[in-house]
Amino acid sequence: MARFTPHTEADIREMLEVIGVSSIDELFADVSPKFEGELDLPLALSEHEVLREAERLAGKNAAGLPVFLGAGAYDRITPAAVGQIISRGEFMTSYTPYQPEVSQGHLQAIFEFQSVISELTGLEVSNASVYDAASAVAEAALMTARLTGREPKVAASAGLNPRYREVLETYGVEVAGLPFEGGATDFSSVPGDVSGVIVQSPNFFGIVEDVRAASEAAHESGALAVAVCDPVALAVLEPPGSLGADIAVGETQPLGVPLMFGGPYAGYMATRQRFVRQLPGRIAGETVDREGRLAYVLTLRAREQDIRRARANSNICTNQALTALAATIYAALMGPEGLREVAELSISKAHYLSGRLGEAGFALRYPEAPFLWEFAVEMPDVKRANAALLERGIVGGLDLGDGAMLVAVTEKRTKEELDAFVEVVANAG
Amino acid sequence: MLGNLIRDKGRSGRRGYTLPRPDVELVSPEDVIPERFLRRERPRLPEVDEPTVVRHYTNLSRRNWGIDTNFYPLGSCTMKHNPRANEVAAANSGFAGLHPLQPEEQVQGALQIMYELQGFLAEISGFPAVSLQPLAGAQGELTSILMIRDYFRDAGDTGRRVVLIPQTAHGTNPATAAMAGFEAREIGLDDRGCVDVEELRRMADESTAALMITNPNTCGVFERNMEEIAGILHSVGAFLYMDGANMNANMGRMRPADAGVDIMHFNLHKTFSTPHGGGGPGSGAIACSERLAPFRPDPVVERTGDAYRFVRPEKSIGRVATFHGNFGPMLRAWSYIRMHGPELREVTDLAVLNANYVRARLKGTYRLPYEGPCKHEVVVQPPKGMRALDIAKGLIDHGFHPPTIYFPLVVKEAMLIEPTETESKETLDDFVGAMLELAEAKPEELEEAPTRAPTRRLDEARAARRLKARW
Repeated sequence: MARFTPHTEADIREMLEVIGVSSIDELFADVSPKFEGELDLPLALSEHEVLREAERLAGKNAAGLPVFLGAGAYDRITPAAVGQIISRGEFMTSYTPYQPEVSQGHLQAIFEFQSVISELTGLEVSNASVYDAASAVAEAALMTARLTGREPKVAASAGLNPRYREVLETYGVEVAGLPFEGGATDFSSVPGDVSGVIVQSPNFFGIVEDVRAASEAAHESGALAVAVCDPVALAVLEPPGSLGADIAVGETQPLGVPLMFGGPYAGYMATRQRFVRQLPGRIAGETVDREGRLAYVLTLRAREQDIRRARANSNICTNQALTALAATIYAALMGPEGLREVAELSISKAHYLSGRLGEAGFALRYPEAPFLWEFAVEMPDVKRANAALLERGIVGGLDLGDGAMLVAVTEKRTKEELDAFVEVVANAG
Repeated sequence: MLGNLIRDKGRSGRRGYTLPRPDVELVSPEDVIPERFLRRERPRLPEVDEPTVVRHYTNLSRRNWGIDTNFYPLGSCTMKHNPRANEVAAANSGFAGLHPLQPEEQVQGALQIMYELQGFLAEISGFPAVSLQPLAGAQGELTSILMIRDYFRDAGDTGRRVVLIPQTAHGTNPATAAMAGFEAREIGLDDRGCVDVEELRRMADESTAALMITNPNTCGVFERNMEEIAGILHSVGAFLYMDGANMNANMGRMRPADAGVDIMHFNLHKTFSTPHGGGGPGSGAIACSERLAPFRPDPVVERTGDAYRFVRPEKSIGRVATFHGNFGPMLRAWSYIRMHGPELREVTDLAVLNANYVRARLKGTYRLPYEGPCKHEVVVQPPKGMRALDIAKGLIDHGFHPPTIYFPLVVKEAMLIEPTETESKETLDDFVGAMLELAEAKPEELEEAPTRAPTRRLDEARAARRLKARW
């Protein structure tokens, strides 16, 4: 008998009697075709054995090492309180707040998450999170099509994370290429028929892009501007809402969410108040209860698929409430100063490393372009460099496949690790 | 009421976290970024200390119910107990600290888990091919329908513009079909709550791409004519997709592939016990036939000898997520399946037993729109003159999270109850007792409920009319 069920043989007998059948099999009499065999799965293990096996497999991963990989997921410091709070059963084991009277905890947390995102992006309204950054980018692109009445087609350059671009295409969005030179996008040639212009800043190569130029180009073409932004960068960069962007999207993983081999993460989406009815996903809003007490509830539900079915803005249903809660707690613990410090420390360490690499004879791929904490560096043999780094217990940067490595440096990296990185790659040639 | 939000509890200069002291020379953003790109005004984030943060969110959590605190029989959501071992496995730094872009040779343990889970899901569903990438059930649906779309494109079959959807489908199904560029057409039910096979026979033709079926359906009824339905679709060259959100009722008892299904999605978080986290994270793995396998999203995990690697299926629809999918729920599903093995069937058996027990005990007082037996959930209607909403709010005063209400849409005043297998007979008896008591209550008394929850009933219209969605 499985160990997470309380039933005794006597319970089962009594229950069958109340139902009026003689066996559980009878409850499946209407099932056709029946599966009569035994599932060919490994024999059940005890909790202890499963955890030992998980531990063994975890040991086969090169994890817990200093990581210089970024490209959309960042190895940042997470305050202990984040994990402690989100592990509370009342948060962790609840569901979508369909009954607001007993879901005020999550609803208020979502309201706070939306507020944090609105503050960081400089836009009036945000949703309660979507799956991840790539799906946020795709949903934003579809939103530009609904708002402009054009076919879903966006203009974007090689500065957009190629994985976001792939998801755009899977979602049926056509991508028109913009020129990308010297590490930044040239927005002077946006086609006239696109529904949106996408600018990522910092872009895939870590470089700060001109969001204002992107917004102006979009609006001149009768399109909308979508800015893809790392939320930590928004502690120091002018928010996209102040630069004319109509929609801001991104990944909340850098806000205290573990790397976890790629997920669960959460995407964010923010926009202007006048576009709120085209925003997909859930939104928590403020209201009052019968006694006039302040409370929160999921609102503008008529946009959603459970009511509007085929005419909904999107099929997105669940949001990433627990991940969004983690990001909210992270933002609260850091505050405006702490978040700025995270950004400054990352900038300082990244520029220290790029400087040391320069001294060691490695050239930046885009030496003139302004970057925060991620940069592409020319390297004749990235594979060899990464192999040598791994031998020293360091996970190197992303092999761009064309003689360059994309290196991400967070506040978590120590000077010792940065120096070791330079030493190893210099010797690896 | 002011002062309720975390931001209101702060004071300029307070800090909740200290970062390591700088060990390199500080570079300020002004030194490296042109001024026109720099932020001029600070974001108005909270300025609070750690004790305030911990107390604020702990107190918020006390205004929230979960399975850990209350019976939560929310139909179609499978709110079952989440084994704590899953959480311990997921917290292991060997997984939690793994970057998704680390080279394959550095992540063999994680890849082995994905590979094994693909195999387990293949066995449970009967299909040869699996993809773990979709990030939630609804994205699993979308992935499936995009694969079907691309299959027809690849075959040069351009006339397939319709996806048929029974009235008992989840609301995501028609939205998914529309998102993938299809026209969603509703198909009616017979008097037993199953897809109307005769209507299907009339509607299915060369313009049909697929039928999206949920089995057991959202009325808690097993679709008895699966093979016939599959046959009708296949005879016009269309596919049968199954929404697998209700696999908790099927494990070890029915394999979708055996019934003629071509492609399905799982809700890993529901059936295989990832905590639902207030509505996410989820995970929407798909399983499919050989014919559709080449269209799976990129990547899937393959094994060569002792080594695991990512592979892009030959005619892949592309990526649906930034990285490989939600590994956390995958790991929990793997752990759950390893702890059950072939005995997964007993999970299904007890889930169905519990639902039928609740059904039998409510029979006579509550109306039952469909004949039994039900599967892992049961749809009931309140006694005449009573509203599902009022019963639901009354249950809150008894300490029970209400069932799903007003869903499925085909049943007036529907209450969809899903007890799950992890609840004891005593809990079910207490719940039934409360339901029976509420059925006797005067409607005007119930309109006052809840009176013992953190808030009374909310003015939901006001939230939409005067939208305030941020501080």
